[in-house]
Amino acid sequence: MSTVQDIEFRDAAGRLAAQSGASVPDSGAPDSAAGEMLSDKMILNVGPSHPATHGVLRLVLELDGEIITKATPDIGYLHRGDEKIAENMTYTQFIPYTDRLDYLAPLANNVAYALAVEKLMGIDKLLPPRCQYIRVMCCELARISAHLLGLGAFAMDVGAMTVFLHTFTEREKIYDIIEALTGARFTTTYTRIGGLSRDLPPGWTEMVRKFLGEVVVNLDETEKLLTRNRIFVDRTRDLGVISKEMAVDYGLSGPNLRGSGVEYDLRKAHPYLVYDQLEFDIPSGSVGDCYDRYLVRMEEMRQSVRILRQCLDKLPDGPINVPDGKTVLPPKEKVLTRMEELIHQFMLVTEGMNAPPGEIYSSAENPKGELGFYIFSKGGGTPYRLKIRAPSFVNLSILSELLKGHMMSDTVSILGSLDFVMGESDR
Amino acid sequence: MPTPLDLAQKLAAKFEGLFEPPVEFREEITLKLTDAGRIAEVCAVAKKDLGFDYLVDISSVDNYGDDPRFSIVYELYSYADRIHLRLKTDVSEEKSELPTVTTVWKTANWHEREIYDMMGVRFSQHPDLRRILMWDGYPYFPLRKDFPLAGKPSETPEVAFSRAAPMAGGPFVTLAGGKDSQAREPRIRNPE
Repeated sequence: MSTVQDIEFRDAAGRLAAQSGASVPDSGAPDSAAGEMLSDKMILNVGPSHPATHGVLRLVLELDGEIITKATPDIGYLHRGDEKIAENMTYTQFIPYTDRLDYLAPLANNVAYALAVEKLMGIDKLLPPRCQYIRVMCCELARISAHLLGLGAFAMDVGAMTVFLHTFTEREKIYDIIEALTGARFTTTYTRIGGLSRDLPPGWTEMVRKFLGEVVVNLDETEKLLTRNRIFVDRTRDLGVISKEMAVDYGLSGPNLRGSGVEYDLRKAHPYLVYDQLEFDIPSGSVGDCYDRYLVRMEEMRQSVRILRQCLDKLPDGPINVPDGKTVLPPKEKVLTRMEELIHQFMLVTEGMNAPPGEIYSSAENPKGELGFYIFSKGGGTPYRLKIRAPSFVNLSILSELLKGHMMSDTVSILGSLDFVMGESDR
Repeated sequence: MPTPLDLAQKLAAKFEGLFEPPVEFREEITLKLTDAGRIAEVCAVAKKDLGFDYLVDISSVDNYGDDPRFSIVYELYSYADRIHLRLKTDVSEEKSELPTVTTVWKTANWHEREIYDMMGVRFSQHPDLRRILMWDGYPYFPLRKDFPLAGKPSETPEVAFSRAAPMAGGPFVTLAGGKDSQAREPRIRNPE
């Protein structure tokens, strides 16, 4: 029984169990055999196919009664070798693979990847304003969509089924918007290196405006269902507390980092696209528990709505691609009528653009956190090495320390509040 | 407000003769450490004295055919100064080992496991150096350049197996150069 006392309990339920556990050794010697049997640790395998693990995360939990004494996350069940694949194709050919990283926010991945390659090519400062505004709108729509799913699934895991249906109604509208924009609902592949695959379709801005009016109402309703809900608060508050120091030490990013009170958001710290021309706030938590992470996500969606409204008001006219025939496909009518553009098109499609040798790291604030691309180029149309810094991968690495000392049933709240995607974690 | 170059020079001054001159590309500073064996020491100083409290990422590059073969790339960030710095160091194939930086940042744990898994570079003193994306007992290091894109067959009885990727009737991706499109398909190229 002595093992129980070694653990530091972070929650009230755990402390209670510890107190009741402490009274057991008082019983006489004859029970010692039974006591030993009771103190035997149990190994519980959660996942890889379990609804609370949001994909294919596997956890090997060592339990003492209901208390977790050791947690070993096991990932890699969705490993597809994206980085290996990237080394064997041109930069443009890899864009569809970025859809499949964080598959809840493909548009944001497309933008982050395009920005990274543009930085390598040195054309990131040349992007036309219209392209930048459209990309910001893509990122924010993706953020709302990803957070809606994250919250819905989180709430459902702790027992609030209605919220899931509520948030999915709104996500469905976002998918309609994305389908109108890109032609696909999930696998968008919308950006190109140096621009976008197509301009906004007619009526799209009205569609987004209508959606923004509806989503704020829905967010209010969702908030009413959860924020002061006794059951939800009891199951999330003071649970899975990540201190500021721990969050930084483990390299957390995104809402999980801000939930712990570190006010760091790439959109503010290193503004890319036109984020420096838009007004928005960065919410952050104070305790770093599951409830704080929920509140941060909730507020981020409202801020995204704010950003989207400003973008719609400011959206400029003009071209959407960098006017550089050697990186971006030239307009089709010119390809069909002029020699030079025809050659550019041919070279771009067959050999890819000619990237300079060098190495860059570029990151963007994605719904899950900092999605970074390290590109090592030896020149030519393919990356020599492309490393993806996946936020979910890094956020999950905290699990073995975070879960220790919690009750088994709290695993579900903690996993839900970390909001990870295995497609991105395993790559 | 210091610039990345200032901090890079400060770090280089603390370890005289251990660094190559900083390289700037696209407004990023890369600092190359010549002795991989001292990376943990350098990182500890970078965190403690220069405020690089956030280890963003560790990447690895296989310079197949060159010696030293592997490069390990550390992306450091300072929250206070909002500064990004890249540290780089080379490891030869015979050695394939360098000290862990998990003692400096805990986040290094999984990054180093991934590099071990994908490239086969070991980190001495690492608390838990196991494969992370591939399964225990997988015999190859898939991100090495001499590992073909199609994969190699492998089997761990009752655990997992892998087969080479099927061509499914034709080239799927092709690279520039080479004879016909079949020959340019990267999955049939075998670097060995």
